[in-house]
Amino acid sequence: MLKNRFVQQLFSSFIDLTPILVVVLIFQVLVIRQPLPDAANLITGALFVVVGLTLFIQGLEQSLFPLGESMAYAFANKGSLFWLLAFAFCLGFGAAVAEPALLAIAEKAANIASLGNMIEQTDIAKDNYAFGLRMAVALSVGFSILIGILRIIRGWPVYYPVFCAYACVALMTPFAPAEIIGIAYDAGGIATSTITVPLVTALGVGLATAIKGRNPMTDGFGLIVLASITPMIFVMAYGMII
Amino acid sequence: MIEWLVNFVLQLLEICKDILPIVTVIIGFQLLVIRKPLPRLKKTLIGFLYVLLGIAFFLEGLDMALFPLGSIMASQLTTPEFLGINPLDQTIFWQTYFWIYIFAASIGFATALAEPSLLAVALKAEQISGGTINAWGLRIAVAIGVGFGLALGSFRIVTGIELYYFIIPGYVIVLIQTFFTPKMIIGLAYDSGGITTSMVTVPMVTALGLGLAEAVPGRNPLLDGFGLIAFASLFPIIAVLGYAQIAHWLNKT
Repeated sequence: MLKNRFVQQLFSSFIDLTPILVVVLIFQVLVIRQPLPDAANLITGALFVVVGLTLFIQGLEQSLFPLGESMAYAFANKGSLFWLLAFAFCLGFGAAVAEPALLAIAEKAANIASLGNMIEQTDIAKDNYAFGLRMAVALSVGFSILIGILRIIRGWPVYYPVFCAYACVALMTPFAPAEIIGIAYDAGGIATSTITVPLVTALGVGLATAIKGRNPMTDGFGLIVLASITPMIFVMAYGMII
Repeated sequence: MIEWLVNFVLQLLEICKDILPIVTVIIGFQLLVIRKPLPRLKKTLIGFLYVLLGIAFFLEGLDMALFPLGSIMASQLTTPEFLGINPLDQTIFWQTYFWIYIFAASIGFATALAEPSLLAVALKAEQISGGTINAWGLRIAVAIGVGFGLALGSFRIVTGIELYYFIIPGYVIVLIQTFFTPKMIIGLAYDSGGITTSMVTVPMVTALGLGLAEAVPGRNPLLDGFGLIAFASLFPIIAVLGYAQIAHWLNKT
């Protein structure tokens, strides 16, 4: 039975990934018209991707989803707003602070800043700048998960905080240094990783289920979007201050 | 083989290091604040191990298959010979890069469909909506959004128009759409922007942006290579809101 389910899951992962294969093949055959470099590696790689996705989905339904939900129920039963918000902040901060994509983008941002003479052209100044940027993003992600959880508890519509954040971005853009805008806009998308997204989603949906008068579909989602807008605001603010 | 195994274990350790802060937060709060043992501890731990192994395999596979291919294709498509332009000629026509837009759209579409976190959220949404929201429908809507966003983003890199001329009007479109979309789906649609940009899309899109900014004369990769991720996380929102409106409208008639 278990083996059977695993095979089924394997098959459905394969189906999930076929579009990407089709795109690559079509381009290779019709447009670039050169033989595939290193076909053996490609096939092994594709197999790995399918196995990896299967294991990930399997583990997700067994651990991350139930974990997020059971924590949501435990906090709802405990009834302490302070600890719930503290947890929300720490979760967001912890998720973003070690994100490899953020590390990479912070280094690039430091290079741009030093080329643009915003900071001194030394390694120490660059490292400090990159570290400060990472902290700004991590703080903003923690802050936005906190606001999102507060929104679910209070029952505010999902678009209130989102529109406020959009307005902030639009108002700050003309005043932020031109060099930082591209990075700031990109910083939004990268702070949410593959482990955080299911965990935070399950937390939000679980909370909206546990609290009376909230609907998991209407109120449970909307945590991730804040975590992808507030970093723009914080990074632009960081660029303006330094 | 042994070399590969060492590499794989290193990759696994790297992932462990990345998620250490979250694990610390969860264990800390579970022990100190909730003070109850986790239900089904063993099953959760095994599941967590699956997630780690899954990500390690997935990344290893991407490194072997997709990433090299993506960067080779991006660089082949931007060579002056392929485009039929004179590299010394400083005047650029955006039409020259036609294939780049098509490539960006297809690669965006495909990577979004392969993104594990999007699959996770789509499954969750299907489960709690009782099947009203179809996981495939949602994923395809998001993928169309990412594809369109990346094509437009590449167009921006080629032409050098400022980023906010695209993003701020995008916000206005989201704002208007919000008032005409069924309430139930708004939160999910908003979230679909942030979830598409993770494990697969970010490295792929960064490579495309930098490659393009290097190839187009007059563009600086440091300054103009950014912004594609912003496109990839805004346009899925518009696409999913649109999808919800169309589905709603079809149900009514």
